[in-house]
Amino acid sequence: MTHNPDSPTPRPGAAFWAVLRREFAGYFRTPLAYVFLAVFNAFAISLAFFVGNIYEAGVASLDRFFLYHPWLWAFLAPAAGARLWAEERRQGTIELLLTWPVTVWQAALGKFFAAWLFLGSALLITLPMAFTVCYLGDPDVGVIVSGYVGSFLCAGACLGIAAIASALTRSQVIAFVTGFLACFVLVLVGYGVFDELLSGAFATGTVEEIRRLGLWRNLEPFTLGLIDLRPTAYFLTVAFAGLGLSTLIVERR
Amino acid sequence: MALIEVSHLEKSYGAIRAVKNVSFSVDRGEVVGFLGPNGAGKSTTMKLLTGYLRPDAGTAVVAGFDVVENPVAAKAHLGYSPEGAPAYGEMTVREFLRFAAELRGLTDPAQRVADTLKLCRLEEVAGQSVDTLSKGYRMRVGFAQAVIHDPAVLILDEPTDGLDPNQKFEVRRILKDMAARKAVIVSTHILEEIAELCTRVIVIAQGEVRCDESKERFLQRGDDLNQVFRKLTA
Ligand SMILES: Nc1ncnc2c1ncn2[C@@H]1O[C@H](COP(=O)(O)OP(=O)(O)OP(=O)(O)O)[C@@H](O)[C@H]1O
Ligand SMILES: [Mg+2]
Repeated sequence: MTHNPDSPTPRPGAAFWAVLRREFAGYFRTPLAYVFLAVFNAFAISLAFFVGNIYEAGVASLDRFFLYHPWLWAFLAPAAGARLWAEERRQGTIELLLTWPVTVWQAALGKFFAAWLFLGSALLITLPMAFTVCYLGDPDVGVIVSGYVGSFLCAGACLGIAAIASALTRSQVIAFVTGFLACFVLVLVGYGVFDELLSGAFATGTVEEIRRLGLWRNLEPFTLGLIDLRPTAYFLTVAFAGLGLSTLIVERR
Repeated sequence: MALIEVSHLEKSYGAIRAVKNVSFSVDRGEVVGFLGPNGAGKSTTMKLLTGYLRPDAGTAVVAGFDVVENPVAAKAHLGYSPEGAPAYGEMTVREFLRFAAELRGLTDPAQRVADTLKLCRLEEVAGQSVDTLSKGYRMRVGFAQAVIHDPAVLILDEPTDGLDPNQKFEVRRILKDMAARKAVIVSTHILEEIAELCTRVIVIAQGEVRCDESKERFLQRGDDLNQVFRKLTA
């Protein structure tokens, strides 16, 4: 090797892609990823069929399928996101990553999008089922597409929260539990039992405002075939606020 | 200008003042041995110098770039192996080095990885995951990622810690081969390593520089280096 006094300053994009590829491949390095994909699909499909009664509902639409996605993401996004920073801290590799010529933001973006893509791939595997339902009933491809877009955005929001939890600790277990609890609150907001509690305490208008902060109220329009600005902005805001805040936490260390 | 310029560095962890007004500079061709008792502030100084931690006061300049003002440029000229040589355990040695090369934006990363595997004698474990390596190999992987871009400045936190005599010899040999072209700082608890490896000694205790001189002068302080060390750090 010859000494190169002008060691290149890497292009920012190179670091982002290198991190993204490493992190995405990282999910498949352990059997956990396959367990994860299997669990997601088993639950997504069985909840839709047995709890949601997707057939008896008489309409071959998928809103019963998506109804349970906030629950799934609340559980599985923190499961996939727990390792984002906690694992770097535990292994001590954070000290490498942050002394390599990349900014925290490049690394954070690469990690976040890798995790989001991983969640997206779990979602993609349910597509055959969606097409089956479509085939058996009256296919409305538009509704399927918007439902999947909504679910993917919802996953990003949960991942944003999970990223904050992961940035705060070196334990994946703690990151998972706190991430899950935070997401769980957002799932409860807008669900039956919780709604009744709220209705007892607040005026109707206020209850509706609170509901809008929950995951389901924002996912619902997507399952009806609508890609509205407001719920889209809601999911993206939560996702990127979580990404930004977690990055600031890591940057301060 | 020296490759490493540290002036008036200060760092506290809460109430603990880990680094107090530390200043020194290191030129190309120098190998500086960082000595000091446990908790002296050696690792903290290295973390400040590599831009992992932000100093409370003072500056660190690497290859002409201030690590706080211009961190990416400074880090591009820097190789660093933290204490314990952390690495992504689930990756193979080759994948790990490849990642380091890509992240640094090196041209022809495959060639760099091959060269570095050879230089650090890691070829036979290249396909093994880092988690399964013996300590000697693991430390060498940490060393390998630090030199993959042939940096002007090399900072190694206890690179020979826990190695058997053969492995220690091996690491020192590789280091000596490249030292003439670099500014190197190596922390160690092995006093004999000074005579073997270093051209200069900096002794740190309680966050302060207690002595900064050439190896020759340091060795003249006494025949029993342990006693010299005890006196300086008391
Ligand atoms: N993350 C931290 N939080 C709080 N205190 C810390 C932290 N890291 C180090 N310290 C304290 O700072 C002081 C300097 O520690 P440092 O690790 O720099 O010493 P060292 O010279 O590298 O010691 P050793 O030879 O044991 O590696 C010690 O008192 C240590 O307890
Ligand atoms: Mg140390």
